[in-house]
Amino acid sequence: MSGNAKEQILDFVRARYPQADIDETQDIFALGFVNSLFAMELVMFIEKTFEVTIPNDELKIDNFRTANTMAELVDRLSPARV
Amino acid sequence: MTTLAETAPGTLQVTDRKSARAFVDTHIVPYADAYDRQGRVPEELLERMTAAGLWAPFLPRDTGGGEMDGGMDLVTLGEVHEEVGRGCSSVRSLLTVHTMVSWAVQRWGSPAQREQWVPALGRGDVLAAFCLSEPGAGSDASGIASNVVEKNGGWVLNGVKKWITNGQRADLFLVFARTATSIGAFLVPRDSPGVEVTPIEDMLGTRASMIAEISFRDVALGPDALLGPSGFTAGMVLTGTLDLGRYSVATGSVGIIQAALEACAAYASRRTVGGSLLKDLPLIQAKLSDMVTDARAARLLVAEAGRLKDAGEASTIMATWVAKYFASTAAARHASEAVQIHGANGCGHDYPVARLYRDAKVMEIIEGSNEIQRVTIASQAEREII
Ligand SMILES: Cc1cc2nc3c(=O)[nH]c(=O)nc-3n(C[C@H](O)[C@H](O)[C@H](O)COP(=O)(O)OP(=O)(O)OC[C@H]3O[C@@H](n4cnc5c(N)ncnc54)[C@H](O)[C@@H]3O)c2cc1C
Repeated sequence: MSGNAKEQILDFVRARYPQADIDETQDIFALGFVNSLFAMELVMFIEKTFEVTIPNDELKIDNFRTANTMAELVDRLSPARV
Repeated sequence: MTTLAETAPGTLQVTDRKSARAFVDTHIVPYADAYDRQGRVPEELLERMTAAGLWAPFLPRDTGGGEMDGGMDLVTLGEVHEEVGRGCSSVRSLLTVHTMVSWAVQRWGSPAQREQWVPALGRGDVLAAFCLSEPGAGSDASGIASNVVEKNGGWVLNGVKKWITNGQRADLFLVFARTATSIGAFLVPRDSPGVEVTPIEDMLGTRASMIAEISFRDVALGPDALLGPSGFTAGMVLTGTLDLGRYSVATGSVGIIQAALEACAAYASRRTVGGSLLKDLPLIQAKLSDMVTDARAARLLVAEAGRLKDAGEASTIMATWVAKYFASTAAARHASEAVQIHGANGCGHDYPVARLYRDAKVMEIIEGSNEIQRVTIASQAEREII
């Protein structure tokens, strides 16, 4: 699940920032990609793609820094976790 | 107090474009110029809107027996707001800010906040206003000076908000203010001690939207006043709320184009110049054809943004910027041409086009001015490479 999620999240970020060369461990905040518009898009993308609702207490910067941490978030929130 | 909602239970329910059109043609169109002159929307119409279920029909509704349905989809909501905007941009503005706050509470509120506010916002028993702009900060939201400090487990709010639509009448304010670490959104009931509302009269457009300046002096708020997450995602409350407001303003702008078109089509069919009906003159036909075309194009852009919202697609945010940019600029262009087609009659009180012209200008400023829209759309231009 998380391997697939990671790739899908990376594809989403790369599609938004085609000039960026990022991998799953890079901090997209440190790279300066995240403004409030993109943050909102990212949350909507994750909720729609993985059919999860991100509760307020999971909307923390550390959950969104890298594709890895976002995939972990998706794993935590997915009801059919294996 | 007995309200119209109780005394007029048979008031038409607004559930779609058709019923919205009927409501607007009966209760708004005949009076919109009077509201504009009086500088306010009468309480009777606000109550009628409550009775019609117009305030926030997208909120989940209790369908009886404890069952909830999902509420109106956003494409339909957009069609309803277009119809209201066709009748009166001031009324549509009241709906817009109420929609923004209601959505924000539903989307970001804690269970306790939702329980406290959502049913009343849904019915329209509590009317809401959105408080971001200040005397010193508009386009640049990061420049706001209003602030909160934590005290006794709650918050103390200080600051001044300006140009607040429905500030004169609203019961609940969603106020954006600086916290120690970022910007937060706070729910502030109007009757909180330290809140002072000063009406702003005589605006250029949306003159009946009951705009106010609101000052907050040492307003003590409980811990439950903060709406949504704090930290980096607090900005998302603002982004998401403005996105829905922008969508509503885009739909209202389509309504202005439609109203201009309808007024001009009627006038050009009656008015003769040098023995010809206006509608037979090629230069007038050119103006009418552009109105027809832009009304359709703007409506399609808005519908696409709405469809993406209903699908939960992230691309709705950019689609909404584009729709609002196109619709608001087209509304300003065509409202100006509508005055032109009416000649001196367009400058007087006997036709609605002067009001449309003034209202349309406002659409180019609110919820992201034209310049900000162009900057934002251009910054994402590479996404459009296919
Ligand atoms: C009728 C009406 C109702 C309103 N209702 C509300 C409400 O309910 N709640 C609320 O919070 N606010 C409300 N507002 C305020 C509105 O949101 C602001 O007017 C708007 O955000 C623009 O801010 P400003 O007026 O401070 O202009 P400024 O930000 O001072 O901008 C001045 C000019 O500079 C341009 N500009 C700004 N930045 C740039 C840039 N980077 N590049 C190029 N040009 C730029 C702007 O487009 C504008 O033309 C309302 C305003 C009006 C007129």
